[in-house]
Amino acid sequence: MTEARKFRIATASLAGCFGCHMSFLDIDEKLLDLLQLVDFDRTPLTDIKTIGLRGPCDIGLIEGGVCNAENVHVLREFRAHCKILVAMGACAVNGGLPAQRNHLDLRDILSEVYHTEAGLAHGGIPNDPELPLPLNEVHPIHEVVKVDYFLPGCPPPADAIWKFLTDLIAGRTPRLGHGLLRYD
Amino acid sequence: MLTDILDRHRRDGTRLMQILREAQEALGWLSPATITAIASGIGWPRAKVEGTASFYSFFHTRPMGEYRVLWSDNITDRMLGNLDLMQAMCQKLWLEPGRVSEDGLVSVDTTSCTGMCDQGPAVLVNYRAIPRMTRERVELMVELIRARKPLADWPADWFVIEDNIRRADILLGNRMAPGEALGAALAAGADAMLAEIRTSQLRGRGGAGFATGLKWEACRQARGTAHYVICNADEGEPGTFKDRVLLTRQPDLVFEGMTIAAHIIGARRGYVYLRGEYRYLLESLESVLAARRAAGLLGADILGKGFDFDIEIHLGAGAYVCGEESALIESLEGKRGVPRNRPPYPVTHGFLNQPTVVNNVETFAAAALIAARGGDWYRSFGTPRSAGTKILSVSGDCARPGVYEYPFGVSVRQVLADCGAHDSQAVQISGPSGICIGPDEFDRRIAFEDIPTAGAFMIFDIRRDIFDVVRNFIHFFAHESCGFCTPCRVGTTLLKNLMDKIAAGHGTRYDIDEIYQLNRVLRTAAHCGLGHTAANPLVHTLEKFRPAYERRLKSMEFEPAFDLDAALSEARQMTGRDDAGAHLATDTENAR
Repeated sequence: MTEARKFRIATASLAGCFGCHMSFLDIDEKLLDLLQLVDFDRTPLTDIKTIGLRGPCDIGLIEGGVCNAENVHVLREFRAHCKILVAMGACAVNGGLPAQRNHLDLRDILSEVYHTEAGLAHGGIPNDPELPLPLNEVHPIHEVVKVDYFLPGCPPPADAIWKFLTDLIAGRTPRLGHGLLRYD
Repeated sequence: MLTDILDRHRRDGTRLMQILREAQEALGWLSPATITAIASGIGWPRAKVEGTASFYSFFHTRPMGEYRVLWSDNITDRMLGNLDLMQAMCQKLWLEPGRVSEDGLVSVDTTSCTGMCDQGPAVLVNYRAIPRMTRERVELMVELIRARKPLADWPADWFVIEDNIRRADILLGNRMAPGEALGAALAAGADAMLAEIRTSQLRGRGGAGFATGLKWEACRQARGTAHYVICNADEGEPGTFKDRVLLTRQPDLVFEGMTIAAHIIGARRGYVYLRGEYRYLLESLESVLAARRAAGLLGADILGKGFDFDIEIHLGAGAYVCGEESALIESLEGKRGVPRNRPPYPVTHGFLNQPTVVNNVETFAAAALIAARGGDWYRSFGTPRSAGTKILSVSGDCARPGVYEYPFGVSVRQVLADCGAHDSQAVQISGPSGICIGPDEFDRRIAFEDIPTAGAFMIFDIRRDIFDVVRNFIHFFAHESCGFCTPCRVGTTLLKNLMDKIAAGHGTRYDIDEIYQLNRVLRTAAHCGLGHTAANPLVHTLEKFRPAYERRLKSMEFEPAFDLDAALSEARQMTGRDDAGAHLATDTENAR
């Protein structure tokens, strides 16, 4: 038998603020312990742009909700390559702050910003094919793909992320419990 | 006007439901000013009055038009074409369902089952029941509304509610004169009468089947400043209408049973909680009560025995949850119909926190029979563990829908044969919260030891899609959840969303798993029976009619509940783009 294979983790921030990733980094020196257990695949931490080139991932952590077509593509790629997909933080779980636009009609928003508003009104609504189109509404990620676990918090505390990952890696169903399970 | 109403109710806050109903009947709706005036009239905080006013479907805190037309939306009404008729009505009135017309004349909407399943499709117009709707009636009704004809001038035959008694036994066939059973009970004395009830092995007819003798004895022994008797006529379980027929044909028997219960437990006051959908029964029931008072069967010194007891009728306002006894009591006290924590049970802490017996209409009627004929006689009907008879409300796919009274122990197959049902594929017994059985179980029996029931018996033949039936039930629970506890408030809506997702062709295996998961949450964490049983129709039919679900599933992979490509439509429109990047593949295989 060879030595136990390391877990592969991928992370991405969709319609989020990177606050959850910052909270992840806040596990501080435990990052070194974590690196004994895992390898990082696509993630802003490694700057690897494509997921799964080095084989399938065990865990995908998604920060942020789904607000545009590119988010959908990234999320689908993560789902296709990760055995376990986790909604990390309030925006991924519920849509969060970006979903505040859902009570407005997207067409009104685009008109207001690119037609009516002084200063931006000259260029019209951007229609470069390079730019992903925004969705009519912002969705939590579980409305677009199957999600296995939810890690709430805005952001989830560093200790919660640590507990969650170590539980997953050890084969325990993650249980955050009092103090770590929070919705603000 | 308001002062009259308040004075008539002695400015008593526990009578708030009746004050609100009468104010609304007089003024059309409950305006902020009306609510303020009522609050100061009864000396309650305004928020509490508004809390009650906003809880019940039949109270409105905004104008809903001079004519409010509510289409009963039970599955049996659906099967009789209620939605087509409602749509036709809306088209003729240039109206969207749920909206009030521009001129404030009329609004049209749906409401939960109104208890006319054997003579649907049914509507309530300004809370008056009109069964057997047809296209012709819709057309004429639209004209009457446009001409602002008062309901009193509408065709009288529209308001005729048929009893449709197809099989009568000891209860529905009762021919006793008013006072006969009560006379026997008072002559025997409270102790002996309670013993007879115990001997009879009568069990509650509301569905749970608690031993009536035990309940009455516990209440009699409970200490309090006053004892109360409450008759639960809030017959809200979709598909149930037998109490309506009992109250139409045997009201004396029901009131007599209440009076006997009062004598046993030492109550001086009783209430009938009549569901708002049966508003049309109020006047006739009041006149029966008046006749009983005149005959010395109610009021002071009943039958010259020095026993005082009177009954009052309390009208509900369209809230299914009030059929739960503690929610019913809250409602009777003028509050929102939110179930209480139990224990303590009503027998010790009920109406106004005093010992209270709450029983179903049919239970009281049966108790009156027992008083006249004895417990042993009663026990000779039915099975050893289910004494007496049970009245079934039969509706759906059969030739003779209506009310059938059988001794306990009758088989489902027998009932189906008697009512002329052919090619039946399923029977939903005891309403959406009850059980759904298929043909291989038609030899099962109606009895507490096999299939207990409150009386609903809805039949679906092989033409029906069981999925549609269940979806209707799940929408019902989501609408009727009282909103007090999160598991039920959120859980029933999530179930509804999942059913809509599957219906729209976006369902997957994961959604089926999620249904089971939600059932576990509801069963363990909901505050009352509504939540505990809300997923029953799903769980039963997933077991017995699984293909009805599976053939709707889009794939075994996860699917969103909405069309992702359509979700880019507004941005495409605004940018004028239509390139490949402006679209999303919607099936999972292409997405990879």
